[in-house]
Amino acid sequence: MTEIQIIINDLSKVYDNGFNALKKVNLNVKQGEILALLGPNGAGKTTLISIICGIVTPSSGTVTVDGFDIIKDYRQTRSRIGMVPQELNLENFETVFDTVSYSRGLYGKSPKPEYIKKILKELSLWDKKDLRLRQLSGGMKRRVLIAKALSHEPKILFLDEPTAGVDVELRQEMWKVVDSLRKTGVTIILTTHYIEEAETIADRVGVINQGEIILVEEKKELLKKMGQKTLTIELQERIEEIPNSLEKYNLNIGDNKMHLNYTYSLKEKQTGITNLLQDLKDAGLKLRDLKTEQSNLEKIFVNLVKENNEI
Amino acid sequence: MKFNYYGFKAIYVHEMNRFLRTVGQSLLSPLISTSLYFVVFGSVIGGYIQKIDGVSYGSYIVPGLLMLTLLTQSISNTSFGIFFPKFNGTIIEILAAPISTLETVVAFVGAGATKTLIVGAVIYTTATFFADVSVKYPMLMIFLLVLVSFTFALFGFLIGVVSKDFEQMSIIPSLVITPMVFLGGSLYSLDMLPPFWQTVSYFNPVVYLIDGLRFSFYGISDFNIWISVFSMMSFLVICVIAVSILLKKGYNIKS
Repeated sequence: MTEIQIIINDLSKVYDNGFNALKKVNLNVKQGEILALLGPNGAGKTTLISIICGIVTPSSGTVTVDGFDIIKDYRQTRSRIGMVPQELNLENFETVFDTVSYSRGLYGKSPKPEYIKKILKELSLWDKKDLRLRQLSGGMKRRVLIAKALSHEPKILFLDEPTAGVDVELRQEMWKVVDSLRKTGVTIILTTHYIEEAETIADRVGVINQGEIILVEEKKELLKKMGQKTLTIELQERIEEIPNSLEKYNLNIGDNKMHLNYTYSLKEKQTGITNLLQDLKDAGLKLRDLKTEQSNLEKIFVNLVKENNEI
Repeated sequence: MKFNYYGFKAIYVHEMNRFLRTVGQSLLSPLISTSLYFVVFGSVIGGYIQKIDGVSYGSYIVPGLLMLTLLTQSISNTSFGIFFPKFNGTIIEILAAPISTLETVVAFVGAGATKTLIVGAVIYTTATFFADVSVKYPMLMIFLLVLVSFTFALFGFLIGVVSKDFEQMSIIPSLVITPMVFLGGSLYSLDMLPPFWQTVSYFNPVVYLIDGLRFSFYGISDFNIWISVFSMMSFLVICVIAVSILLKKGYNIKS
């Protein structure tokens, strides 16, 4: 059974300016999983991560990491966590090697140059170890931030928008890095705007909006929903009830009674569309138009956020 | 982990490295400006001024100028030390690290004070080229220099935390500290002032610091040495309390 590593309980944050960034958030993170937190700007993603990492003080609620409280036992929790911040904030005049070694020291670990060498090599930074940070491109700086976050061999890694403003090639490289980290057993929590990112690398997906978690689900479950398509059949005449001969298709009648909706899966060998159309004809229904639509994570996400905002 | 030794060391070494990277600015600039004071006031003008309490003018101003350097250096070292990470956002790395506030403050202030004492030692050595400098009570001198360096490094930390921009950072050192040192008897004895200004000077705390340091050099003073030590200690306590309160609230650093 997978162990729960992070337990977030009724976590709330109200900033000094009155902004309520988190509203009684509850969430468990399993050891070794990759959890993607999706949400629009200002949803509370960064606040949530910042509280767990110790950068922001919660207004109420608790968070435990491996059973340790983030406030009371901050030394235990923080030494387990590495964080890659959203902003590319680095000391411009320091060298790559020095800044990564500095981070390791800050987290209370004795110097281990061979380990720093290993992570710099893995992140293709070794040949740049003596360069000053101001000499690096944005993408390279992002890698340095990851190296800094990994410098103290953390068990949990937070990535706050790791691929924001990063080109496609580098984004895919980042995903490879995350994948190789997963293999070492590191728990990864990442926030992202890119639904594609969540689809590619996450085990679970959480959707956060207006300070509330509105969905947390296994990616597989979401993919199941994503694999579904809907065939909308527009009729020439209104229909009051579905004929008995069409019951096996689980059709439903659209709002204006001029449509029939048929849901099918592309993963099935046969979608049943040919038979349905034949049976529709046999039932004497006249068709006007056909339309198919695929539900994807983006649509689920947009609908969820929209519904949530309307409440 | 009761004490994050490596974290403490990381901040301390990081700050010292910054000092070494900018050695021209950190060491040469105070060295040149103080040398100019020695040349102009000590050698040129000093030749026309009679001895004060049996000490030549060139020698008399050494403790005051040393104090001027110590105060401005210790304040600027730590105020910039903490302001920069706040300004460029790298402070979050320290906030997220398993290091206590006390360890962080002591590391920053310790590094700031160390840098100040290095600069102080260089200024002292330079002074010996321009004037006859003798130290009557060396242990007292070292004690006062260390005390002043740490206290004002802590005061600098406070300024760095409170400041929201570079302008605010420079206001206190240039508009408060420098006038207080110049009007605090660094270049003259209080006896030289008219009675009214003498009374006003009693309210300037820097007067007691310079007087105390001068006592450790030449054994001459306007006040009792304990007043100097007491005023320094009191200021240290005030800074410790202020920093503790501000950091507990996360003022300007943590929301």
